[in-house]
Amino acid sequence: MGALLAGFADPVLAAQATFRGVMDALARPGTIVPLIDTIAAPAPLSAAAAAAALTLLDGDTPVWLDAPLAAQADVAAWLRFHTGAPIVSSPADAAFAIVADPERLPPFESFAIGSLENPDCSATLILQVRSFDAGAPLAVAGPGIADRAILRAAPLPNDFPARLVANRAMFPRGVDLLLVTGTAVAALPRSVTLLGEA
Amino acid sequence: MYVAVKGGERAIENAHRLLAHERRGDRSLPEITTAQIAEQMTLAVDRVMTEGSLYDRELAALAVKQARGDLIEAIFLLRAFRATLPRFGTTLPLDTAAMRIRRRISAAFKDLPGGQVLGPTFDYTHRLLEPSCSDPAEPATAEAAAGPTPRVTDLLAADDLIETTARPAGDGGETPPGDLTREALTFPAERDLRLQNLARGDEGFLLALGYSTQRGYGRTHPFAGEIRLGEVALEFFAEDAGFALPLGRITVTECQTINQFKGSASTPPRFTRGYGLAFGHCERKAMSMALVDRALRARELDEEVKAPAQDEEFVLSHSDNVQATGFVEHLKLPHYVDFQAELGLVRRMRRDHEAASGSSREASSDDPAPEQIREAAE
Amino acid sequence: MTVTYNFAYLDEQTKRMIRRAILKAIAIPGYQVPFASREMPMPYGWGTGGVQVTAAILGPTDILKVIDQGSDDTTNAVSIRKFFGRTAGVRTTTRTADATVIQTRHRIPETPLRDNQVLVFQVPIPEPLRFLEPRETETRRMHALEEYGLVQVKLYEDIARHGHIATTYAYPVKVDGRYVMDPSPIPKFDNPKMSDCPALQLFGAGREKRIYAIPPHTRVASLDFDDHPFERWRHPGRCALCGADDSFLDEVITDDHGTRMFVCSDTDFCEARRAAGHGPDAPGATAPDPARGTEASHG
Repeated sequence: MGALLAGFADPVLAAQATFRGVMDALARPGTIVPLIDTIAAPAPLSAAAAAAALTLLDGDTPVWLDAPLAAQADVAAWLRFHTGAPIVSSPADAAFAIVADPERLPPFESFAIGSLENPDCSATLILQVRSFDAGAPLAVAGPGIADRAILRAAPLPNDFPARLVANRAMFPRGVDLLLVTGTAVAALPRSVTLLGEA
Repeated sequence: MYVAVKGGERAIENAHRLLAHERRGDRSLPEITTAQIAEQMTLAVDRVMTEGSLYDRELAALAVKQARGDLIEAIFLLRAFRATLPRFGTTLPLDTAAMRIRRRISAAFKDLPGGQVLGPTFDYTHRLLEPSCSDPAEPATAEAAAGPTPRVTDLLAADDLIETTARPAGDGGETPPGDLTREALTFPAERDLRLQNLARGDEGFLLALGYSTQRGYGRTHPFAGEIRLGEVALEFFAEDAGFALPLGRITVTECQTINQFKGSASTPPRFTRGYGLAFGHCERKAMSMALVDRALRARELDEEVKAPAQDEEFVLSHSDNVQATGFVEHLKLPHYVDFQAELGLVRRMRRDHEAASGSSREASSDDPAPEQIREAAE
Repeated sequence: MTVTYNFAYLDEQTKRMIRRAILKAIAIPGYQVPFASREMPMPYGWGTGGVQVTAAILGPTDILKVIDQGSDDTTNAVSIRKFFGRTAGVRTTTRTADATVIQTRHRIPETPLRDNQVLVFQVPIPEPLRFLEPRETETRRMHALEEYGLVQVKLYEDIARHGHIATTYAYPVKVDGRYVMDPSPIPKFDNPKMSDCPALQLFGAGREKRIYAIPPHTRVASLDFDDHPFERWRHPGRCALCGADDSFLDEVITDDHGTRMFVCSDTDFCEARRAAGHGPDAPGATAPDPARGTEASHG
């Protein structure tokens, strides 16, 4: 591989700003929050997914990469160098998953969903989507949402609505989803209830 | 006219100045140096390093000085500093069998390879105040025992008379030990985390718990198999170099107790162990730790858990003096919001009580008239 | 030797660990996420949990307010505010409306919070079941199975003995219909402010190593019974300084003959009212916010 692409120019403040963006998104499911400190990373790792990875991953967080990401050795090398996160081959072992091709996202149950005693020991899935302007509008309600929120994102698996419903049914167990484009993030934590495809 | 209390900031600054003033004491006396503390208050420094979980005599001495000799405060200072240090890696396990012995005693054998080495101990001093202690005669040079000094427990293990391993079942040694300063402690806790907790635990708390096991609250029939003090080598395995690098030597005190074990249908009778390890010379701590470690193994050894020292959640949740002192002392912080709420309730309950007991006596001044204290919510 | 500390004191690895815990706490509202709480340079029990949460979220554009007992000027609030002023260089304020992050001990401000604010609570004992069951192994199981009979029994015993619920602060709540949660030792007067609050509420317990959260606009119900609904309580009457009749009041003893007066516990609220011309002699000038009224409120 060639020269390694750099990480955040100001790691402390960029990680803080990115975290606040992710936190705001998770606290207000369905809301699209811009991420300022995105970062050029080896393709197909997107700039916002890379920023989220630098912010959240380290040696304590095993990460799973989907096939398109795993196929590029540069991606794993970049993640390992900048975060120290061990890259695992089984989704069940991962604290985080980064998915470049969400249409072929493995079932939620193949990731850690936590136990009733420790539901926090569950995976956060970072899904790289192309846009928040395409895809079927999803109407969601729940903690963090005043009334209802509408989110569109594409691409997503065909059975995505059914997966959201099943994820909520397992509560407090489940996975939490971060949807990222190149420059923004929206979240669908396990606490959201799907009202329907609006 | 009442004015709400102000000036918290100035009060704090004044308190800090007063504290510095008291710390210095009589200015006609020379100021104590950290080097003096490190050299002459060695056991205080050792305790602060042990419970502060940081081996640095210079910083521990500074903490003792800054804390005006309050060792729990000094431990706290060292811990808070430790929490900010980056973690480079984990050293290889210490080999205490290869210790350069300064003191080594066994209560289980009269003599043994390497011999009994009394070393610097209070044990046989007569506790008489001696002004001349400030100017001692040169000691006879204690010759460290030549040749190997095997651990007593290793000698017993050679004959299969003592358990050789106390690892959890299925753990062949490949699992790195946990670290409760990096991950929240959960229960039940395995022995690695229990030992870490005890090593950081308050000496007085462990002493009292260990003592309680001797008095029948979870008796474990201990023998002081061996207590050794000395210097051990610290090594770090460097991945890129591919070999272990020596980092230097540290002083530790190790205590292994030999305890009774009945055996079971599948296991022949065999002694069990309790283990204690402390930085520097902390013998009371290491011994207490070994007693409590053994008591906490009740679950693993199928012993009935009925005494405080065997109760893992109780012991591990209350052993840390930095946590304990913080929470006990936080009662000094204002609680008047909650107290006001309680005051309202007590007045209401007194009113109910008076009404119920049919008392017609006048409301006293601290028992305001009912209409004044009527809960707005009602 | 010189010692240098990172922005907002904590090292980046610790911040990441706390941040991950905060994200899980938000995703599972009311559930206590264990985290590897660090030794902070202030004692356990004095706000180390809140300080770690604040340190993990705080950025250079934030404006921080710190209150203890509702007041910005109590010594511990001053001490914590100075800590962040020094280690993070953030701007600080006493005005609730101007703050983006508010760290609090024992109160929720009277001024309604907004959606760009984060309220960080300092929590001494995060486990609402702790005084009924001291063992963590047991309480964890009870939360897992949603086995909350014990709390209801305790509250009901109060009613049987006293005729009403005798819990006045740290009054337990249920978050989004699932987890029973300790709201920290706020007076129960503040409980209704937690429900459907536009701000994110984060709770940090340093000594007990737990973080939990209430996302904005989440249902938070104070536990009660149909025949004994939850009631707020405040000292009846008006603030002797600003005339407010809807704020939580502190009783202040002014001499040794038992003379007392009542003043707002929320000093910023009180000062803002006085600056706007309200005073003890102009009660008619008060404009109570019905949402913060003192009526019984079915949580």
